Amino acid sequence: MNDDVQRFLDRLAERNAARGAEPTWIAARRQAGAARFEALGFPHRRIEEWKYTDVRDIAANDFALADSAEFSPAAAAALTLPIEAHRLTFVDGVFAPALSDLGELPAGVQVVPLSKALEENHEAVGGPLGRLTGVEFSPFAALNTAFFEEGALVRLAPRTVVEKPIVLQFLSRAGEREVMSHPRILVEAGGRSQATLIEHHVGEEGAANFTNLVEEIILDRGAILTHYKLQEAPLKDRHVASIQVEQARDSRYTSFNLNLGGGLVRNDLVSDLNGEGAEATFHGLFYGQGRQHVDNHTLVNHNAPHTRSSENYKGILDDRAHGVFNGRVVVKRDSQKIESEQSNANLLLSDRAEVDTKPELEIYADDVKCAHGATTGQLDAEAVYALRARGIDEQTARGLLTLAFAGEVMELVDLDAVAERVELTVAGKLPERFNLAGLVETAAAFSED
Amino acid sequence: MASQEMEQLVRREYKEGFVTDIESDTVPPGLDENTIAFISKKKGEPEWMLEWRLKAYHQWLKMTPPSWAHLDYPPIDYQAISYYSAPKRDEDKPQSLDEVDPKLLETYEKLGIPLHERAALAGVAVDAVFDSVSVTTTFKDKLHEAGVIFCSISEAIRDYPELVKQYLGSVVPQGDNYFAALNSAVFTDGSFVFVPEGVTCPMELSTYFRINAANTGQFERTLIVCESRAQVSYLEGCTAPQRDENQLHAAVVELVALEDASIKYSTVQNWYPGDEDGKGGIYNFVTKRGDCRGDRSHISWTQVETGSAITWKYPSCMLRGKDSVGEFYSVAVTNGRQQADTGTKMIHIGEGSRSTIVSKGISAGRSDQSYRGLVKVGPRARNARNYTQCDSLLIGDTCGAHTFPYQEIRNSSATVEHEATTSKIGEDQLFYCQSRGIAEEDAVNMIVNGFCKDVFQELPMEFAVEAEALLNVTLEGAVG
Repeated sequence: MNDDVQRFLDRLAERNAARGAEPTWIAARRQAGAARFEALGFPHRRIEEWKYTDVRDIAANDFALADSAEFSPAAAAALTLPIEAHRLTFVDGVFAPALSDLGELPAGVQVVPLSKALEENHEAVGGPLGRLTGVEFSPFAALNTAFFEEGALVRLAPRTVVEKPIVLQFLSRAGEREVMSHPRILVEAGGRSQATLIEHHVGEEGAANFTNLVEEIILDRGAILTHYKLQEAPLKDRHVASIQVEQARDSRYTSFNLNLGGGLVRNDLVSDLNGEGAEATFHGLFYGQGRQHVDNHTLVNHNAPHTRSSENYKGILDDRAHGVFNGRVVVKRDSQKIESEQSNANLLLSDRAEVDTKPELEIYADDVKCAHGATTGQLDAEAVYALRARGIDEQTARGLLTLAFAGEVMELVDLDAVAERVELTVAGKLPERFNLAGLVETAAAFSED
Repeated sequence: MASQEMEQLVRREYKEGFVTDIESDTVPPGLDENTIAFISKKKGEPEWMLEWRLKAYHQWLKMTPPSWAHLDYPPIDYQAISYYSAPKRDEDKPQSLDEVDPKLLETYEKLGIPLHERAALAGVAVDAVFDSVSVTTTFKDKLHEAGVIFCSISEAIRDYPELVKQYLGSVVPQGDNYFAALNSAVFTDGSFVFVPEGVTCPMELSTYFRINAANTGQFERTLIVCESRAQVSYLEGCTAPQRDENQLHAAVVELVALEDASIKYSTVQNWYPGDEDGKGGIYNFVTKRGDCRGDRSHISWTQVETGSAITWKYPSCMLRGKDSVGEFYSVAVTNGRQQADTGTKMIHIGEGSRSTIVSKGISAGRSDQSYRGLVKVGPRARNARNYTQCDSLLIGDTCGAHTFPYQEIRNSSATVEHEATTSKIGEDQLFYCQSRGIAEEDAVNMIVNGFCKDVFQELPMEFAVEAEALLNVTLEGAVG
């Protein structure tokens, strides 16, 4: 066996010894996770799913596990999204009660740290946990299953509507030792319930940790969930997320997968449309600069007739950043009357940036309307010209158009706090040659008009 | 849809299914260094060629068959295949059609290719490959006058060793992939075309491939070289007799275009696709690659794929030259239990290189079809441009259509676009035609032909007619 795998397994053995006795099913899951991880090892680039993403930066590292959730409240406040919400905060994967504020939850709604849910009634969690994103999902999901301790459980009783968003905030700390965390999020939305979930990954500058997140989202009949994943982790952080959604009849899942931070980022987002009328909408935006590596893999399984999916991912890549998009849509046999659209557009701002995209369609039924497209290129020369003809200098025009490119995803965001945060971050990331000052002036001039 | 009609279609006997009884001197099945030495000796090859083959063989031994394609077939027993078969009278090869074995000529007649007539009428030189040995090459003189070399690869190895040494394997190296390595070790024949500087080939060149002796895989090797400002259009078409065992075909085609040269390569492939249970049928694993070496060179692939049980084929272009152009136009039709995994690779290396990909897939019956393509733009390919359009038409609810387009972009000035759609023939379209008195089947043919028009336009005239007819026959009664 490979040394890297062994190092992680040693860490697990230490942790298990320190943790003491656990319910049998949890110990068994851990064992299954460890065995699967040991069998698979870390993925390498000869595996199709990992063709463009090298995880050696994770595998070669010796990460510790954090035990405290200390974080300066002032620093945390500066990072927190200014939005009224039911909020749970985790620091390097450890629950931070002092930084959490659930406020008053409507009746029938549970938002609980996973450790607490397990402590109170582990059997109630044992059923659904690991059913969707199990050890077979990926080596990282298996690794998570071996290590998991903390995370969040969100349960919505049928017909409950949560007005305020539920925020799960993950803070990454800059410390002497690089740490790893393996959070698990389980969402069970009952029939016709409705909620907005914001997952916010952010941290102290200079942090270089590894977050290995697993999420399972179960939407019962007619449930509606909007899921924001705002990932603006520090630029040296590694972030791997394995998300699986299961959708029953008439349920609606909308994902905003916004990736602005992280040094090495990999998202696997899967939705199973299992009931007629179910609908999945994936929006994505990623901005890479420096040597950031952002990989988004999505998969929609149309397992039932009359299901719909649409997907739109946009990527902006500067410097030596590397973006990967792999969108797959599978229509099972007899899943007739399917509508699916998928598009990925990428903007390269530098000659050293790289993008690899693959929109895949796998179709086994005939009464379907499926389309996908992918484009990669630079800004539309005619659009630049149109702005210049109106007296805006070329660089500012390019800056504006780049913002507008991202704006096509952001204008669909209902939550102003999220939209503003992303737009400001994108504007802040734009290269200086785009004449940011001029840009702000122009924007101000526009708003005055 | 009328399922009876569908059934009729699937059961339709393969029109070209017959076997010519010619005594072949075939080597016993199996592959080792002796087999390769035998082939090489039989072909009267020089020592360097044998070494080249053995090098490929040793690389092949270390390789494993690719498993990434969306294909499902039992493992192939490479030791159960006979690697050489030739019409008996090898030593005194016929010099003209009159000398050709009448049985052979009969075979061509049955296929509907009266060789001499067709050649004369169409002004096409035909290098007919029967099993593994070139039987006859016509119009050689006329080509000779223009300075064009068009002969079998065996002759080329004998007569133009320097040219072959220079170009063979320079586009598809021996160890390129599993099937290319196998081909490099055991190839028995194929065509060689060399168009010297400034020459436009006076006629379209064509080869008819035919697989004949049972158990004999065909391993053609085709090499086409166009020097500066030279131009050639090459046609390849295939039919094969009905067989129960799967026949393996692993061809390699290499194209080299130097400065301002232009090569157009068109294929109509109609090999036996197997019976209704998918039994029999040709396994078609082909490596085709064009190298746009010179500035402003141009390589265009056009293919119409209707046959074979399994197709694994990705005609590609290496766009090395500045402002070089690569094109890929493809229509693939699968029916019954056919499986096709096909597409193209456009590798943009040179500045200003451009490529166009138009792929039309039609799946019917219980077939499975995949488009797999790669567009790669290297860091130096400033202003590279690609446009890809790839559409699938599904006929019947038991077939599959898949799209796997890869884009790897490393240059900010590149513009790469991919568009794909999958749908079935619209009921409103059919209704529209029928309400104007057009029979359903004719309407389907019209719609399918319209769907494929972009590709058929790229085919040379004779091929376009053949391709349209082929498509109509293949899809007879498939929609309702």
